Amino acid sequence: MSTIGVSVPRIEDERLLRGEGRFVDDLRLAGALEVAFLRSPHAHARIGAIDAAAALALPGVVAVIDGRETAAALEPMVFDIAKIVPEAVREATAPAVRVHPMPALPTERVTYVGQPVAMVVAESRYLAEDAVDLLAVEFEPLPAVVDAERALAPGAPRVETEWEDNEAISFAFERGDVDAAFAAAKVVVEESFRSHRQHPSPIETRGVAAGVDPQDGSLDVWSATQTPHLLRDFLARWLGRDPERIRVRAPDVGGAFGIKHSCYPEDLLIPFAALRLGRAVKWTEDRAEHLAAATQGRDQVHRIAVAADAAGRILAVRDHAVMNAGAFNLLGLVVPYNTFTHLLGPYDVGAFGFAMRVAVTNTAPVAPYRGAGRPEAVFAIERAIDRLARELGADPADVRARNLIGPEQMPYETGIVYRDGTDQVYDSGDYPELLRRAREVVERERFEAAATERRRIGVGYAIYTEGTGVGPFETARVRIEPTGRVKVLTGASSQGQGHRTTLAQLAAEALGVAVADVEVVGGDSAAVPSGFGTLASRTLVVAGNAVSEAAAAVRAQALEVAAGMLGAASYELEIEGGTIAVRGRPDATLPLGAVADFLTPFNPARPRGAPSELAAESVYRPGPVTWSAGVHVAVVAVDLPTGVVEVLRFVVAHDCGRVVNPAIVDGQIVGGVMQGIGGALHEEVLYDEDGQLRTGNFMDYVLPTAGETPEFELIHLDTPSPLNPLGVKGMGEGGAIGPPAAIAGAVEDALADLGVVVHRGPLGPSRVRDLIVAAAGG
Amino acid sequence: MADPGGEREVRLVVNGVERVAAAEPRLLLSDFLRHRLGLTGTHVGCEHGVCGACTVLLDGEPVRSCLVFAVQAEGAELRTVEGLAGEDGELGPVQRAFHEAHGMQCGFCTPGFLISLTALLEERPGASEEELVDALSGNLCRCTGYANILAAARAARDQAAERA
Amino acid sequence: MKPASFDYHAPATLAEALELLGDDAVESRVLAGGQSLVPMMNFRLAVPEALVDLRRIEELRYLRTGADGALEVGARTTQAELLRDPAVAAGWPLLHAGVTHVGHPQVRSRGTVCGSLAHHDPHGELPALALALGATITVAGPDGRRRIAAEDFFVSFYEVALESGEMVVEARFPAPPAGSGWSFREIARRHGDFALVGVACLVAPAETRLVVFGAAERPLLLADPGEVAAAVRPLDDLHASAEYRRQVAVQLAGEALAEARERAGG
Ligand SMILES: Cc1cc2nc3c(=O)[nH]c(=O)nc-3n(C[C@H](O)[C@H](O)[C@H](O)COP(=O)(O)OP(=O)(O)OC[C@H]3O[C@@H](n4cnc5c(N)ncnc54)[C@H](O)[C@@H]3O)c2cc1C
Ligand code: FES
Ligand code: FES
Repeated sequence: MSTIGVSVPRIEDERLLRGEGRFVDDLRLAGALEVAFLRSPHAHARIGAIDAAAALALPGVVAVIDGRETAAALEPMVFDIAKIVPEAVREATAPAVRVHPMPALPTERVTYVGQPVAMVVAESRYLAEDAVDLLAVEFEPLPAVVDAERALAPGAPRVETEWEDNEAISFAFERGDVDAAFAAAKVVVEESFRSHRQHPSPIETRGVAAGVDPQDGSLDVWSATQTPHLLRDFLARWLGRDPERIRVRAPDVGGAFGIKHSCYPEDLLIPFAALRLGRAVKWTEDRAEHLAAATQGRDQVHRIAVAADAAGRILAVRDHAVMNAGAFNLLGLVVPYNTFTHLLGPYDVGAFGFAMRVAVTNTAPVAPYRGAGRPEAVFAIERAIDRLARELGADPADVRARNLIGPEQMPYETGIVYRDGTDQVYDSGDYPELLRRAREVVERERFEAAATERRRIGVGYAIYTEGTGVGPFETARVRIEPTGRVKVLTGASSQGQGHRTTLAQLAAEALGVAVADVEVVGGDSAAVPSGFGTLASRTLVVAGNAVSEAAAAVRAQALEVAAGMLGAASYELEIEGGTIAVRGRPDATLPLGAVADFLTPFNPARPRGAPSELAAESVYRPGPVTWSAGVHVAVVAVDLPTGVVEVLRFVVAHDCGRVVNPAIVDGQIVGGVMQGIGGALHEEVLYDEDGQLRTGNFMDYVLPTAGETPEFELIHLDTPSPLNPLGVKGMGEGGAIGPPAAIAGAVEDALADLGVVVHRGPLGPSRVRDLIVAAAGG
Repeated sequence: MADPGGEREVRLVVNGVERVAAAEPRLLLSDFLRHRLGLTGTHVGCEHGVCGACTVLLDGEPVRSCLVFAVQAEGAELRTVEGLAGEDGELGPVQRAFHEAHGMQCGFCTPGFLISLTALLEERPGASEEELVDALSGNLCRCTGYANILAAARAARDQAAERA
Repeated sequence: MKPASFDYHAPATLAEALELLGDDAVESRVLAGGQSLVPMMNFRLAVPEALVDLRRIEELRYLRTGADGALEVGARTTQAELLRDPAVAAGWPLLHAGVTHVGHPQVRSRGTVCGSLAHHDPHGELPALALALGATITVAGPDGRRRIAAEDFFVSFYEVALESGEMVVEARFPAPPAGSGWSFREIARRHGDFALVGVACLVAPAETRLVVFGAAERPLLLADPGEVAAAVRPLDDLHASAEYRRQVAVQLAGEALAEARERAGG
């Protein structure tokens, strides 16, 4: 029986349920020292003298490391990905990308609140914090700039003094005659929409521990990272050490959502301290540090215009976007370019003009957060389409339906170059059907009937497409042990996505063994020589196909050896439940483990030249990305006098290709949607004008709770991807892409008779009340 | 007390076993459990009482262990996630419900939820929907979106109500 | 986020506690449930030299009806204990209903009624409830005991009418007169959050006590919803604008009064 498409219960649960998980802070390293950082209290300041004498005098304090020391030993950090621009991207959009290296610890200036300035290593975290309080640092405050548009205006304070302005990235694109289309249009709408800044905030913060082997000086690092191999390579380069003598392990990781990418200054500083002191060193980020200094997400403003004919056919879209990168342009084009390639989403639009400018500001760096530029794109285009529908007096869902790419148009070339330099082509999917199915729910249930004079009901839509499964590659090694157990080693790691189960299902399927007999090992740079990691909805596509391929290769190998052992031809053999059998000869069977056993060098009867183990490795390099899609429908109630918005129902109709484990997929979607709902209604990172963080704790940065969970309805339409052997598509981020737009649309719909326009979130009671009052009074 | 600021022995019962370890007054119970007693199943996500990852049962009541000093737990009886399995080592009913309903992803928040729900169902086996939401909204989860956690809680409640 | 060092005392009697608190040479603070104090200490926003923990003082652990029918709540009584007591739910339904809005079960299990009053977050429920119910707060100090009416107890943000060396030992909530009705309403960001703004209302045959909270530096006692708009002095913060709080205070006050009157039987 196939295990694909079955909700196999998760293998990873048992340990976690017993409290036997091993997260970085759970590790007990003998004699480990602990770290606390002095972080910048200023958004922008010159650093003067640092006096550590009092801190060093405190018993239990082992070292204070500041920028003077690290500057001498560590090159400032730059990430290759920030500088890589494929030739085709360069030709299509002529991007100007400026990157300034990030010092592990700054020597001259600090450029955001929370930036690490000095590091105290002590016998305990309590003592380390005591010592931080005793450090005397002279700061000379400088003018700061917080808002991206203000940062780009002439005369703004400069974040990077060596640049003449704050523009880190700009690129532009035009397809078709945009001006002509606007001139010919019957209807034009134009608005500004803001995707406000949010914080991923997994419940486990970041954490790093490092130890040096006293025998051979090799470096062991444990990190709550999404990308252990990348971190290893990064450490090798920045610490100037042989990558073979660095082992990075990501043990259990408590959620990531983009924030635990490598590499932060702390990722470098903890191993640096361990090497310098010759002792194990550990740092567990606390929530205050996390909210101030871990990367944040979103923060884009779009000035978007849509031109349509009288029937609501979209003739052209023009969008000028500005993004806030925070103090460092860490990852270059990744987020802003994603916004560009996902802006038109599922719509068949004639002409398209797009321009993006990215500014550095005196705020925490912005990096991919679940969706990575896509929710921002979807918020802009979907809000604009809602405006268009109002302008036309048409049903917003009808206007969408009118403009969707049809299944008969697949594969559909967008005429855009994707971030990896390939032509953007939607490989498969049926967007009109997704919309139809999602609409059915809303029409069936007639939510509007529950509306009262005071409590208004609204329905809002968001449709998105998502390029998933980016390369460059992932590795997998599948080995059958003489016991018959199957070991799957992969470069992909897990932060809760259930990869141990899903990848085990794929290996079990390819090999003909029970899922329970498969053990997946990931998140260890020593498990496979190279790997990439888990981000950008890629693991199932890339690692999944790698595992499947490697397992298929082992199967072939096993059958070949078994054929000799059983005196049959390999094509006569089959494997089921871990047993190899000869078709038509019920007595001729062999456990899979026996084949592995047969190959061990201990076996005198082993044929010469045979491999010494039953194992195979695969490096899967995907081609162009494969496209998932989804329709989100939010049904909300808005209480007029108090402005309280309640999400009553959230419908997701989605297509993520062939589904391996439906329960895990549903869990990912609902989790993503809830993050999106949090962003739509509650969560916002706020800085004041001087760049002081106002949302530095969980009372002020407001995550949703079980009390805010709506009823969900999930609809699956699984069009297999033609681009990979398994037919899978990624889906880790999709849930978070639609909710801000769908909820904004629903709130606007609920307040339609007042003529309310939602330009931004989060739609907390106070902002919604402001909208109502402004509309009623104006 | 000779030295009110110095380390002293804290004696308490955790999961039915008497434990003794040293603590200075400021040591948080969460750190005491995790780093002095090696019970790392209790997690720490905020250290200001909001996320609930550190929830333990202290004399039968659910509390944030990050808001209790270890010295305050002198003589107390504690239960942590490590003490939720049955005597036979099998997962307890609340743990099973989370597994069966896929009420967990990364599992970092899970111990806190298990404890909060255990506390509720021990006091009110037939807890209402409102009571379930009240108890669970004191714990944050960033992965699951709560829908499956609520489903697990309902299943565990139905079982508890049946047993009661 | 680890607290700074402090001296820890867990006296067994109130007298010892008062002696410790009365020592002017040391800056000590009462540690009750710790649900507000410990977060501040973990952020090192509070750095007391010494804590005087009430946990061993049995004489402060009570929840009882006094001779005059008032509910007497000792300083060690937790919010959870209050909610569990059927006599409170029956006799002081406004108090019961309001306290269900305080945080979560995991917070109420330790947070004390008196600690919440002494802490006086103007967005907290208990100060408003005390005011609406006409509570008196008994404090003890080096010069003995005194009783302070709720009207006089809450001064400003996190500030109450306690003198140095004094602590709260009891809160007394008079029994609502026969034939009275009540209502409690608040708007919070999430389930269990402090109120953005809220109203506690008691309508008794002889008097109407309407309390608006979260809309000034302390809860405000008013006689009529018509006074709300002029009386409030709301804050602008990242959770809500001042104007929002003003409008919603007016709205909730009207609703609450109507509901309380209805419950009072007309
Ligand atoms: C996640 C979370 C959510 C919360 N939500 C809410 C909410 O919605 N509404 C709400 O009102 N509260 C809320 N709280 C706070 C909670 O109610 C606290 O319990 C309460 O404010 C303080 O009571 P405590 O006993 O914990 O006092 P402690 O924290 O021990 O003390 C608080 C302050 O009062 C002083 N103090 C305490 N007792 C006395 C006394 N007897 N005499 C003199 N001084 C004393 C202390 O010295 C300290 O300065 C929340 C707390 C958390 C962690
Ligand atoms: S760590 Fe204790 S509540 Fe978050
Ligand atoms: S399962 Fe990851 S935080 Fe809840």
